[in-house]
Amino acid sequence: MNSAKSTVPFKGTPEQEAELLKVIEEKKNDKGSLMPILQKAQEIYGYLPIEVQAIISDNTGIPLEKIYGVVTFYAQFSLYPKGEYTISVCLGTACYVKGSGDIYNKLQEKLGIGGGECTPDGKFSLDACRCIGACGLAPVLTVNEDVYGRLTVDDVDKILEKYA
Amino acid sequence: MKTLEELKVVRDSMKGEVALRTHGNASSKYERHVLVCGGTGCTSSGSPKIIEELEKEFAANGLTDKVQIVKTGCFGLCERGPIMIVYPEGSFYSRVKVDEIPRIVKEHLVEGNPVKEFLYEETVAGDEIKSLDDTSFYKKQHRVALRNCGVINPENINEYIGRDGYAALGKVLTEMTPEDVIQTILDSGLRGRGGGGFSTGMKWKLARNIVPNADQKYVCCNADEGDPGAFMDRSVLEGDPHVVLEAMTIAGYAIGASQGYIYVRAEYPIAVERLNIAIKQSRENGMLGKNIFGTDFCFDIDLRLGAGAFVCGEETALMTSIEGNRGEPRPRPPFPAEKGLFQKPTILNNVETYANIPQIILNGADWFASMGTEKSKGTKVFALGGKIKNTGLVEVPMGTTLREVIEEIGGGIPNGKKFKAAQTGGPSGGCIDASNFDIPIDYDNLIGIGSMMGSGGLIVMDEDNCMVDIAKFFLEFTVDESCGKCTPCRIGTKRMWEILDKITKGKGTLEDLDKLEELAYHIKANSLCGLGQTAPNPVLSTLRCFRDEYIAHVVDKKCPAGVCKDLLSFEINKDSCIGCGMCAKQCPASAISRTDYIAPGKKLAAMEIDKNKCVKCGACIATCKFKAIIKK
Repeated sequence: MNSAKSTVPFKGTPEQEAELLKVIEEKKNDKGSLMPILQKAQEIYGYLPIEVQAIISDNTGIPLEKIYGVVTFYAQFSLYPKGEYTISVCLGTACYVKGSGDIYNKLQEKLGIGGGECTPDGKFSLDACRCIGACGLAPVLTVNEDVYGRLTVDDVDKILEKYA
Repeated sequence: MKTLEELKVVRDSMKGEVALRTHGNASSKYERHVLVCGGTGCTSSGSPKIIEELEKEFAANGLTDKVQIVKTGCFGLCERGPIMIVYPEGSFYSRVKVDEIPRIVKEHLVEGNPVKEFLYEETVAGDEIKSLDDTSFYKKQHRVALRNCGVINPENINEYIGRDGYAALGKVLTEMTPEDVIQTILDSGLRGRGGGGFSTGMKWKLARNIVPNADQKYVCCNADEGDPGAFMDRSVLEGDPHVVLEAMTIAGYAIGASQGYIYVRAEYPIAVERLNIAIKQSRENGMLGKNIFGTDFCFDIDLRLGAGAFVCGEETALMTSIEGNRGEPRPRPPFPAEKGLFQKPTILNNVETYANIPQIILNGADWFASMGTEKSKGTKVFALGGKIKNTGLVEVPMGTTLREVIEEIGGGIPNGKKFKAAQTGGPSGGCIDASNFDIPIDYDNLIGIGSMMGSGGLIVMDEDNCMVDIAKFFLEFTVDESCGKCTPCRIGTKRMWEILDKITKGKGTLEDLDKLEELAYHIKANSLCGLGQTAPNPVLSTLRCFRDEYIAHVVDKKCPAGVCKDLLSFEINKDSCIGCGMCAKQCPASAISRTDYIAPGKKLAAMEIDKNKCVKCGACIATCKFKAIIKK
């Protein structure tokens, strides 16, 4: 993995912190509240750097090492920022059997990054994802909220152009 | 809704409306209903825009009060999405495009003539339009769990009530004791649809009786459908979320619980939204909360989102995840029925299992037990995917054969290719080859041939898929998803993957095949949870059914299916090549050059690939219009 991931400094704003504190206040007395709090925190900040984990630890009393352990366990929680457009290629069975692996490789080639990485200009980040359940449209990829199905390797250029 | 009488009033007022869509005794205030699929698949293909266009055209043609637009859940024939069905005719418009809507509105909805050329071809026979139930996709299906999917608007609780929704809960709370409920489920023979196949009635009985006086018990729903290729549960949650809420409430009454949790994958945003709406409407109408239907019984349900860990589909991992921990399973005993979520007695059932409960209560255990085989009662929902013509969701009685599912319902293999194998059970399952095509599908038969029912994902593979590569693909998944707690799974699966990787790169030996099997048996015997215990299954079953393919990789260093790149060589047939040189232009490795050989009847010298430079990307094959390049 290259160093592009770890050199982005934390740019949290006071508004974001206020929003997070509100979420913690609402949820901290629910049973098993850590996961919902982390999920909301990631919605607010886009990712979960150690600074955000520390805020949660200070305000819930849950030890930082436990929070770090939970954040690093689950694939959805990201310690690193995502690009403006996150491309997720489904490598689930139905898509794989219909060639999504080739599409993933083509994207890596075109963007010059590997899986889990972000282009230096912060535009695109690329990930393989698990089955999203649209198997009737295999092979499938998503760019942020947009879903593209029934793809071939030749569709990659057209899709990237839309977000240029 | 405080009483059963109020429920009945709503049901009677909605029954006629909804019946228009099921060819029942309809009495709708609308002339027609237009149903548009709002499941994830069709939504991604643009069904929201179709609804927008319909609304626009209706306004322009004065149809807004005459024709109702209903956004429903999945109809099942995902291959043909976006799907739109017009009732009362039952006209099935397939692969609908936004620019087709004006014509459909004018000719069908205003003038009364369905537009034949936009309909699903199989329903059009000359001048006649066949019913959907007569098509090969739907003929052999029996929709029990999927009963309301594609029929009702899942965001309207009244439509659910119109289809007898919450009548089962009413019956349970006012006419049955908890023991009656448990006995009914036991007698029905319902087994867990998440893959384990454990008797649902037995699970509830244990949770009720092991710790009878617990101060709190929990009812959980496993909506963490993680098997790649499976979307049965997603479709139920998107198309009929209330059936899960009703069933969980019934379960709560049966075991003595007052709180339920639905653990749903975050990767299912539409399902999450529909569940949230359903819970809100249920609470507003008094079906969740205190004193349901005026009885002493109180029950509520909360949603918990997963965060992308496949292992959290395992029951103890799921519960510890809700508690806010890393999703690591734990040893059993104690079983969750004794000590589960937050250390209290808990039941965890799969979405599809719950989807069967209300019908069993209303129609009786005998009704359910009359379907299926001796030890596997009822129906099963399968998600058909991969190399098959009709991808989508099907529900068939247990005992239906694989041949019926793949050839008749699925429509067979596209592009004239030959069937090779069907994978059931996802990364925990095994491959079924053609020799078992006529086996009746049920829990025990599938285990008997080295596979398993699993949650219902059924991926079809053809002659162009390499079974060694598929085994490696599944292992890659389990290596990634292993929680890391126990050594056999954490390290053993990785070692198995490394051996498979070697084999696909042409560096395997016959000894490696023995090592794979030995590792597999140790991992199965010693892993802490189901993930590790079943991770070797795809390898073992492909080794058993396709051993000659492994041997070709290991002894001949060849991949018969033409998939494993390192074992392929790309060659130009010099007699077919016309020497246009387009392949050389496309080659990223500059590996193609011109020879001196001019074939008989050709004008230019043939091209040739330097195997040392070739990176086997396949660009040349894709470019050649003369089929002169082959991979062997």
